[in-house]
Amino acid sequence: MSQSFDIEARLRAALAPIEPPAELAARMEARLGTLVELAADELEAWELSAMRDPRNWPRAAVGPAAAVVVGAGAGVGLVVLRTRRRRHKRRAQSHGAFDLAERTLRDVAREAMRVFDDAAPKR
Amino acid sequence: MATDAGRTDEGAAKARLDDQFSALYRAHLRDVYSYSYYRVGNHHDAEDLTEQTFLQAYRHFERAQRESEGRPLRPWLIRIAHNLAANYYRDRSRRPQTAIDDADTLVAAHTTEALVEDRDDLKRILECVQRLPDDRREALIMRFALGMDNREIARALGRTDGATKVLLHRAIRQLEELVKAVEAGEA
Repeated sequence: MSQSFDIEARLRAALAPIEPPAELAARMEARLGTLVELAADELEAWELSAMRDPRNWPRAAVGPAAAVVVGAGAGVGLVVLRTRRRRHKRRAQSHGAFDLAERTLRDVAREAMRVFDDAAPKR
Repeated sequence: MATDAGRTDEGAAKARLDDQFSALYRAHLRDVYSYSYYRVGNHHDAEDLTEQTFLQAYRHFERAQRESEGRPLRPWLIRIAHNLAANYYRDRSRRPQTAIDDADTLVAAHTTEALVEDRDDLKRILECVQRLPDDRREALIMRFALGMDNREIARALGRTDGATKVLLHRAIRQLEELVKAVEAGEA
């Protein structure tokens, strides 16, 4: 057992870790830095060329189109909600079904304009 | 807009990955270099092997990280160095330069005073290590030069933990016999 310990201690001394030369570390850092830059350039070039490929256009168009659909849905929902909030007042003020319908349409148009104005970019 | 965001995300992920690789490189440069040095026996080829190991690791780092599931990547690096060293010998049709008569070169790498005093003993041990079968020699380098545990060595050599434990035990026993025989011959 002590013999075994002895051989392990001698092995540990014989196979001591070797420090890499300083110039190797510097050279490796520089080489890895170059690789990182090349990889970044490659990624950028790949994305630009991918956008020129018509097969990628549908994917690129889906995002904005989905945003338009979602935004329009939310706008319509807001107009309906605001118009419904005023229904009791409209009913009280109206003289008959035709007048009520006319007032409702006017409210819808006014709320739509308000939503449109809120959504439009400020100048 | 969505493409810009995607590119930003991808760029940030790439930068994060590069930082992680730099950390891996700094943490294990000495391990890979020590392993390479004890395999090829000279600084020039050890530097070459170390560079090739890290370049190959960089190419496959993302996948290795994904598949390692948080386990240390040192065995993976050493396995790359191990495979490259095997190719190195096969391509150049030569055996390790650290054959018996080159043990002086290996001993020369140890510069501390205490080690210089035991130069002959170190040379004798290294000569005997070089006489071991490849897998036993590799296991000893990983254990004693790199301080890897059984599990790490098992992963680097593609063996089970149990088989690695047996391999190390036999390597030490065989080395012990060899050293005893050499010392008996000298006496």
